This record gives sequence, C-alpha cells and structure tokens, in this order.
Amino acid sequence: MAEHEHKLAIFRGLLKFKSNVQKIWGVLIFLSIVTTIEVVLGIIKPEFLLTYFLNMKLLNWIFIILTLVKAYYIAWDFMHIRDERGSLKGAIVLPLIILIPYLIFILILEADYIFDVMNTGFQSWNF
Amino acid sequence: MELTAAEKEANLWSGGQRPLNASYGKLMMWFFIVSDALTFSGFLVSYGFSRFKNIDSWPIADEVFTHFPFLHGIDAPMYYVALMTFILIFSSVTMVLAVDAGHHMNKAKVTFYMLLTIIGGAVFVGSQAWEWKNFIKGEYGALETKGGQILQFVNADTGKRVAIGDFAVSIPTERSTHKGSNGIWYQGEGSLPSYSVAEVAQGFEANENLVIRSEKLDENGHKIVLSRDESLDKIDSAVGVVEGANLIHNEYGNRLFADFFFFITGFHGFHVFSGVVINLIIFFNVIIGTYDRRGHYEMVEKVGLYWHFVDLVWVFVFTFFYLV
Repeated sequence: MAEHEHKLAIFRGLLKFKSNVQKIWGVLIFLSIVTTIEVVLGIIKPEFLLTYFLNMKLLNWIFIILTLVKAYYIAWDFMHIRDERGSLKGAIVLPLIILIPYLIFILILEADYIFDVMNTGFQSWNF
Repeated sequence: MELTAAEKEANLWSGGQRPLNASYGKLMMWFFIVSDALTFSGFLVSYGFSRFKNIDSWPIADEVFTHFPFLHGIDAPMYYVALMTFILIFSSVTMVLAVDAGHHMNKAKVTFYMLLTIIGGAVFVGSQAWEWKNFIKGEYGALETKGGQILQFVNADTGKRVAIGDFAVSIPTERSTHKGSNGIWYQGEGSLPSYSVAEVAQGFEANENLVIRSEKLDENGHKIVLSRDESLDKIDSAVGVVEGANLIHNEYGNRLFADFFFFITGFHGFHVFSGVVINLIIFFNVIIGTYDRRGHYEMVEKVGLYWHFVDLVWVFVFTFFYLV
C-alpha cells in the first residue's frame, strides 16, 4: 500500500532495517539501552558528574538530553512522524519547540530570582 | 486525465485533496496531542519553578521512592519506576506492532497486540497506584515546625533514618471528643497522628544518640544533619507530627513536592487510564470486525498516537520526578 510506506533507516541512515516490524524492535532496543543507562547513572551517581554546569549538575544535564533523545525516537518512529510530510512535521513540532523553551526560560529564571531574594533577604524562612 | 507531479503540487491546497497526506481524524488527534503536550509542559515547568525556588531544600527522590514489591525493608530506589518505564515502553511497542498489522489488514495480529497493549497499560496504572499507596503511607514520620519545615530523625552513630514510632514515649492523656451538640462551629474531625508532638519530643530527649536532619541541603546535595544541641533547640519549634504525605503535609520535605507529585503523576495516570479504556473500545471493535468491513484500520493508528503520547509524557515525568 502506497500510503503506508515507511522510512526504514534510523541514526541518519547509519542503521537500515529490512521491514517496519524490524525497525520497531530496533527502536525498542535502543530506547531500552538509553533507559538502562539513565537508571544505572541514577543509582551509582558518578562523582565526576556531580560538578555544576550552568547552575545544574552535569548528571542532570545528561538525564535531560537522554530524555529528549528518547522523546525524539518515540515521536519519530512510534508516532510515525518520520513518514509524515514536511508541512505536518513542522505544524506539530515547531509550536512545541518554540513555546516550551520560552516557558522554561521565563519560569526558571523567575524561580532563580525568587530563590535569591528569599536566600539573601533579611527574612528568615527557617523557623 | 492524469496530473503531472508539478500540477498536483499546484492543486494541493485548492481543495479536494489531503495536503498533509493525513486524514481529518488523524490531524485532529495530532492537534489534541500538541495542545496536551503544552498542558503537560505547563505542569512540569511549574514544578521546575517551585523546585528552583526551593533549590536548597527540595526532597531527594531516591530517599522518597525506595520500595519494590516483595522486598520489604530493602532500600531499592529507582528500580520500581524503571520497571514501570519498561512496561510502558513495551506496551508502546505492542501498540505500534498493532498499527503495523492493521496496515496489512491482519485482524488476528491486531487483536493480539491490542490485548497486550491493554494489559501493559493496566499493569502500569496498578503500579502507579501502589507507588501512591507507599507515598501516602510514609515510612519514618517526621515533625513539622510552625514555618512548615520538616524535621526528620537520624541515628547520630549510623546516620540511618529512625522512625518516630521507634522512640516516641507514650504519655497517657484524656481526650474527649468534641461533639456537634457542644458547639455550632463543629465541622468534624480528621484522623489524628499516632503520636503527639510531646510524645515524640520526650522520646527524643531520652535518646542521646538521636539527632535531627533538616530540610536544607549542603553543597553536595545531602541534607544537613544538626548537632545534638541544635536538635534539642530545634525540637521546641515543632508544632505537629506528620506521617506520610497528603496535599497539606508531607513527611519527605517540602509540601509542594507532594502536591506536584500527586497532580502530575495523577494527571498522567488519568491519561493512561483513559488510554486503556479507549484501547478497550477499539479492541472490541477490532474483534467484531468493524475495521475489517471499513477497509482500513486507521482508528487503531489514531488511538495508537494517543497511547504513544502517554508514553512520551511518562518519559519526561520519569526524568523530572525520579532522576533529576
């Protein structure tokens, strides 16, 4: 069926699958590996990753990046965005990647400011 | 007359075609998912807001979620949620296999994979309920000060947490129930904690090796443990005993932590639950052959989109509540 053609390569063509079902299992294996890495890092918490980078631990940055990687493959391969037309891809993804970072930026910056006010003000919050 | 590729492109937006190569129903499902994604990101970012606002006193997830079924008293942080994550990812895979079988009009396979998906979703919702139960019940108990700070107890020699039930003394007191007949403002009475503040405080003073652990984190992210003298000072400011967590009190630390935990995982759990219900409806439709007669299994694809979205949200909830 022409309407259900699938693009069968992931990792920018590095890994090509013979059928859609094979690709699904391949993506599952990849997602499982990423999740396992996350869990192992979360349990052992290596000392050298606990240094701060941009106000957050390096370990937390790694977790967030790995989460985005997982989100990409769930959306692209399980939700078939990879097979959609460019216009639909853009309609779905662009609002999210514009609005969400904007929201994060504003609220986290504000939270950091409030923390500073509470931390350095004369009022004690520990009573 | 056959149109050439260029003519097709020119006519694409002039009606009678599907310019995005997706049906109306599928597009609407995508619109819903995009708006729901923005809703969830609103929740998660407001959680981030509260967390960065209280960055020096936020509860440590590894100390909160430490249970695993059938392993009583064993400290097992993360393992259970990791298992839940695998269950949900796996049910996502069976869903996408069902969609694929639908493209090949293979009714038996669609039925089988849909069933596996429903089972996976139900197991996940059950796991979440169990997680909530442990969270609500609590483990060690704590005192709360007037300012809403949580005071937890640790053994000064071993550094291990101590439950308030292990050292609280019992002070017999008379407590008469306030009845509705005695006052017009009477509204009813919630359940009382198992110990009073005085019982915990007295037990604390009698046990020389106990110290208080405060909410505050040191620069390495560990909670600051007070000295014995500071602890004796601090215990006078306690006004209430907290056991477990609810929307008002939370023995693990900042009460906002419990509020966001209940709200976000609850909202996600509700999505999983409704996903299971919708999957069930589609599953029965597959069995009675609705989509076979219709000639395509697009409904399976649409409900699949929703189901993957639920999985996608969990990936983020997992990161921000348990890992980070």
